[in-house]
Amino acid sequence: MTTENLALSKAITRALHDEMTENPKVLALGEDIGKLGGVFRVTDGLQKEFGARRVMDTPLGEAGIIGTSVGMALRGYRPVPEIQFDGFVFPAFNQITTQLARLRGRTNGQYEIPVTIRLPYGGSVGAIEHHSESPEAYFAHTPGLRVVTPSSAHDAYWMLRASIQHPDPVIFMEPKRRYWLKGEVDFSDTDFNPFCAATLREGSDLTLVSYGPMVPTALAAAEAAREDGHDVEVIDLRSISPLDIETICASVAKTGRLVVAQEAYNFVSVASEISAAVTERCFYSLEAPVLRVGAFHTPYPVPRSEEEYVPGIDRILEAIDRSFAY
Amino acid sequence: MPAELTPEQSSGKIYPGVLPLLRIMDEEGAILEDGTFSPYVQDVGEAELKEAYRQMKVTRRFDDEATALQRQGQMSLWAPSRGQEAAQVGSAMGLLPQDYVVPSYREHALAFARGVEFTDLVKFFRGSETSPWDIKKHNFHPYTVVLAAQVPHAVGYAMALNFDRELEETTGEKQMGQGQFSASEENAQPAAVAVYFGDGSSTEGEIHESMVFAASYNAPVLFFVQNNQWAISVPFKTQSRVPLSTRAAGYGIEGLRVDGNDVLAVAAATRYAMKKIRSGEGPVLIEAETYRLGAHTTADDPTKYRTGEEENEYAQRDPLIRLEKYLRHNKLADESFFEGVDQEAQQVASEVRRVALVAEPAEYETNFDFAYAKPHTQTENDRRFYREYNAGFEEE
Repeated sequence: MTTENLALSKAITRALHDEMTENPKVLALGEDIGKLGGVFRVTDGLQKEFGARRVMDTPLGEAGIIGTSVGMALRGYRPVPEIQFDGFVFPAFNQITTQLARLRGRTNGQYEIPVTIRLPYGGSVGAIEHHSESPEAYFAHTPGLRVVTPSSAHDAYWMLRASIQHPDPVIFMEPKRRYWLKGEVDFSDTDFNPFCAATLREGSDLTLVSYGPMVPTALAAAEAAREDGHDVEVIDLRSISPLDIETICASVAKTGRLVVAQEAYNFVSVASEISAAVTERCFYSLEAPVLRVGAFHTPYPVPRSEEEYVPGIDRILEAIDRSFAY
Repeated sequence: MPAELTPEQSSGKIYPGVLPLLRIMDEEGAILEDGTFSPYVQDVGEAELKEAYRQMKVTRRFDDEATALQRQGQMSLWAPSRGQEAAQVGSAMGLLPQDYVVPSYREHALAFARGVEFTDLVKFFRGSETSPWDIKKHNFHPYTVVLAAQVPHAVGYAMALNFDRELEETTGEKQMGQGQFSASEENAQPAAVAVYFGDGSSTEGEIHESMVFAASYNAPVLFFVQNNQWAISVPFKTQSRVPLSTRAAGYGIEGLRVDGNDVLAVAAATRYAMKKIRSGEGPVLIEAETYRLGAHTTADDPTKYRTGEEENEYAQRDPLIRLEKYLRHNKLADESFFEGVDQEAQQVASEVRRVALVAEPAEYETNFDFAYAKPHTQTENDRRFYREYNAGFEEE
């Protein structure tokens, strides 16, 4: 059997399992990932199978987790550290941006630093402060890093495997509110390329670009827009850095309209970059300005207010309507 | 403002756990016996001490040349190692070629002891290259400028050496890392890691996390802190109320406090620590108490924060003077030896000057090659722009 119906989180577990089986140099480390199996149970069962040396419960210290991962990579290992929550990645920000991202360049390619950081991110899970952040732009802004984020179980499985096998450091951002989203994983899809965007729904009137946890919302918005007579094309970026701008531009050349939907703050964001890049490349194809749907420029609110804050179907539909008003 | 600890702080009377200062050669070059540590340098004879002196003196001359080059506009910056040569050369006497050495950015004497050419090292501060030497051949990591950021790397590397041992036992295959130099003999001593940082770095959070991780995983790593008394303009007493070696006990690892201007004491402490580390007993912290005789870097003006009186006092305790006294008093070296070293030092300095004046960066386009291991769309788009932009000038 080459396909299996799995929750997105279990597809990640399986990817880690399969990489650790195939390569003895792959190891996982992080807070509570061993005995407990991670706070989201993503690493459940792995320590039992691979032992405490390869699935390490670390002391609590994000800079230490990423810093020691860099050292292990220098010595030929492929560490897959987990940062427990998006909001706790910042103590490791120095290690990620000044060291992990730069060591290959600093050593003129004498070293490769194949570290894959697993980072559950995003909101709408009813959590208290610092458990609902979308920090992807900080990392995408940094040369030397790759930033990817799956939106389905199949993508999660193959994107994590490709990330671990990749010689560059990868920030693997897991859409935590979609962890329980089930989907078919095709285990024969060995040519999967995680660094190109996927067109999930074809349409002729407007291009809707999204990524990670917002993708199911974008698909639902496209479905709703059909009732208003708009044929919306939906693109899932999958990779934020590198950004597959060609796929987006090819779609915009066809539709003439672009809306980018994300959970992160709009200001200086992935959507901002896409807006600028599309304006530079296909200015004459555009029938309307590129519109961004994202979070307001305030810190993530208390969970009882997050519905006001995280863009949903209606905020995307409002932007689609605005685009057609031009 | 005295940078040194008060006698009360050093005595352990107010703060328990302050360690005694290990000394084996005093400032007059006389030998002090230490029951535990002296045996570790019993085999250090005339040849080894003359070699230590040579490494220290050549580094001193190189260091002065580099400062002069910076003053003449030939270097972006220079961080002088003047005064810290014994701490660095002494510690190198305890290391093996298979050990991975992770410096901060002032470890010039250590680099030399590891076989790195000064003509390569100078390119870093000239601003021509970030990693001018063959890292894996010398097992000498690039200089790290973000303070303390290299320390968890050293711990991770040491943890990985433990993983290597486990893999070697289960697979029977020798683990080669990313191709770092390893000992070829069958019964070679196990490799370990030595990481260097200063009293300024010691307050960074990454030092704390590094020591916790190293202790928890019993990582074969030596933490070697050169306490040179000054973090740019901030004196040691602002960094700590007690000697840094005192902190080791809090991590459940052994700490050693050693006179960093005493090359024999540093060598003995390092050999003692490395023996323990290699035998699987986990990390050790050595604090070498020394003094930065020069500026923090050439961008600095020490007269604004410390007195000439203090500088003069420490100049009397120069590690080179001490070792020279020992070599002369014991008639291990005559005038021709010192003249020979000076000549070599002068030659090295001249060669450094010659290379520095012409050391230019690689073609800018190599930056696009090294940012990523595999092509990245945005980097490749920028490369294309860069080529077209430059081609536009060529056509004109």
